[in-house]
Amino acid sequence: MEFFRSHVLICGGTGCHSSGSADVMETFKAELAKNNLENEVKLVQTGCFGLCAVGPVVIVYPEGAFYSRVSVEDVSRIVSEHLLKGRIVTDLLYHDSIHEDEAIKSLNEVDFYKKQKRLALRNCGVIDPENIDEYIAFDGYKALGKVLLEMTPEETIDIIKASGLRGRGGAGFPTGVKWEFTAKAEGDKKYVCCNADEGDPGAFMDRSVLEGDPHSVLEAMAIAGYAIGADQGYIYVRAEYPIAVKRLTIAIGQAREAGLLGKNIFGTDFSFDLELRLGAGAFVCGEETALMASIEGRRGEPRPRPPFPAVKGLFGKPTLLNNVETYANIPQIILNGPEWFQTIGTEKSKGTKVFALGGKINNTGLVEVPMGTTLREIIYEIGGGIPNGKEFKAAQTGGPSGGCIPARHLDTPIDYDSLTKIGSMMGSGGLIVMDEDNCMVDIARFFLDFTVDESCGKCPPCRIGTKRMLEILDRITKGQGKEGDIEKLEELGKNIKASALCGLGQTAPNPVLSTIQYFRDEYEAHIRDKKCPAGICQALLQITIQAELCRGCGLCVKACPVDAISGERKSAHTIDQSKCIKCGACMEKCPFKAIVKG
Amino acid sequence: MKSLKELEEIKQRTLDSVNLRKERTGGTRVVVGMATCGIAAGARPVLLAFLEEVKKRNLGDVTVSQTGCIGVCRLEPMVEVTRPGEEKVTYVKMTADKVKRVVAEHIVNGHVVTEYTIGAAE
Repeated sequence: MEFFRSHVLICGGTGCHSSGSADVMETFKAELAKNNLENEVKLVQTGCFGLCAVGPVVIVYPEGAFYSRVSVEDVSRIVSEHLLKGRIVTDLLYHDSIHEDEAIKSLNEVDFYKKQKRLALRNCGVIDPENIDEYIAFDGYKALGKVLLEMTPEETIDIIKASGLRGRGGAGFPTGVKWEFTAKAEGDKKYVCCNADEGDPGAFMDRSVLEGDPHSVLEAMAIAGYAIGADQGYIYVRAEYPIAVKRLTIAIGQAREAGLLGKNIFGTDFSFDLELRLGAGAFVCGEETALMASIEGRRGEPRPRPPFPAVKGLFGKPTLLNNVETYANIPQIILNGPEWFQTIGTEKSKGTKVFALGGKINNTGLVEVPMGTTLREIIYEIGGGIPNGKEFKAAQTGGPSGGCIPARHLDTPIDYDSLTKIGSMMGSGGLIVMDEDNCMVDIARFFLDFTVDESCGKCPPCRIGTKRMLEILDRITKGQGKEGDIEKLEELGKNIKASALCGLGQTAPNPVLSTIQYFRDEYEAHIRDKKCPAGICQALLQITIQAELCRGCGLCVKACPVDAISGERKSAHTIDQSKCIKCGACMEKCPFKAIVKG
Repeated sequence: MKSLKELEEIKQRTLDSVNLRKERTGGTRVVVGMATCGIAAGARPVLLAFLEEVKKRNLGDVTVSQTGCIGVCRLEPMVEVTRPGEEKVTYVKMTADKVKRVVAEHIVNGHVVTEYTIGAAE
């Protein structure tokens, strides 16, 4: 055994990677070598710790020192002070990770982690995702062994059914029931698929699981293969996730080498193998029938259901399709039993849910909470609230298929059914927080713009209907809204929901309908008063100089890129509205705050 | 992979190397004074000797870490050993050879090597 007195864990998730963790890792390597510490201190690249906002994150064990925003320049200090001399560099620690007396808090005491319960993310930020042995050390592949050696496929399905696990991809269909349908379907060949085509803007839960703990998904897919009688699986992952693809490829290779994928796993007659399929960037390929068409090499378009994939799926054979996060829960449920899983969450939604926190929030990042946690707890306690003391306006869940939740529903316990009841949906787990500076009409327009772009065009309600809705919204944000527009949006939305072919079309109007439901007054202000209350919609804004505050210094004249400002020196200036492009450059330059937007 | 036993072997083999990252629940702590005085007196070979012994004996639940000046610079290199549930024991004027005895007698078998302790030196 190699014994290292200290482990340095460096986050290698996409968030920290983009803030420079790869360079930090290299510098650590060099600094450790310089100080002859390579044989005492182990460097480990892990998956996401969740606090992407303060990346790159580095944790040093055994002390559990949580360093945040570590730059290349900081590394030599951490090595020479902490690793060589044993003095923790307190000023580089994450601000909430030390007590007042400078003692280090355990991670569970840090506000960001206190209310979290990490099941799907249990190994993220703990193990080296490129080392199968570390996964095994944390009970990896034990569930697969247990299932293959001690249980029948029926018993396996019964456990998943009894646990109450529901699909984490968005719709929340009971996972065990899906497994049972596929197991009972007739077919000489069956398939297990994993949907890792995470396309919602602002969502990165599945990416983090794949980057931080790829083996948990492989193990669960093999378990599913045994349960339904399949010997082949496919993981459909976005090509835009290069780190996830790389780690999955490594993981599949290691699992094959260890005999955990391939023929006669655990000496039984069960054989199972996996292949990766890369998506080419179409949002619609996250829809199950389109996804399977894409795996088959056809154009990624959905088809009507039934027949459901459980009956007629990939290559016309019965197919089980689950989402990454759903799979990541499976090994735990097998090992700890359905009763254990039942104790977490609410009556109808068991377990935990991972959310990708984004938008106007201090702790941008990845959180996993028990079902039934309120939005307020997630935003204010875990998320650290809204930056600059701004007022919360709404939270958007479920991406382009979901809706906006206003402040008055902040205390709703989050689960599948309560979110549907208030006009949003669980969705895959993107959670975008909006404050008083966000215009809800503009948000609705943004999401619809996305759906129009990504509509595959197969069915008219989605292809034409969402386009018409977008045109109306465009007009409203440009100050050309008319009486009756809101009603027309509602009518179109309801019809598209009722008639579109696939789940994406059926949910596309949700962002518009839910913002109308909760923020109708903002729509009305745009249409009737030609005003954007949040000050976002450019066409409805005017930048003006308040004459009584203007001293005529001329700084704004120099700042204006289009020469729209004129005036005598030492007397009030004016803006020519026909020339103004509303860039706001003059507002930033004005020393007297005489220029206002409204 | 042929059996659960094989899986368990990989687990046990790797567990020792990842244990360090779990929440600490007991286990013996070895702390070596590594301030300027300690380093000048030869604390580094002592630290390395501890690592070597721990590795050799496969002692998965022992953590070896450093601290700053323990205070009695003339008695450096100093080492504090805390076994779970027991009083901290401070060893002074440590050398690599002494480390072997401390690990064998104290850390493994629970008998304090009294002659090396600060009490004996005073």
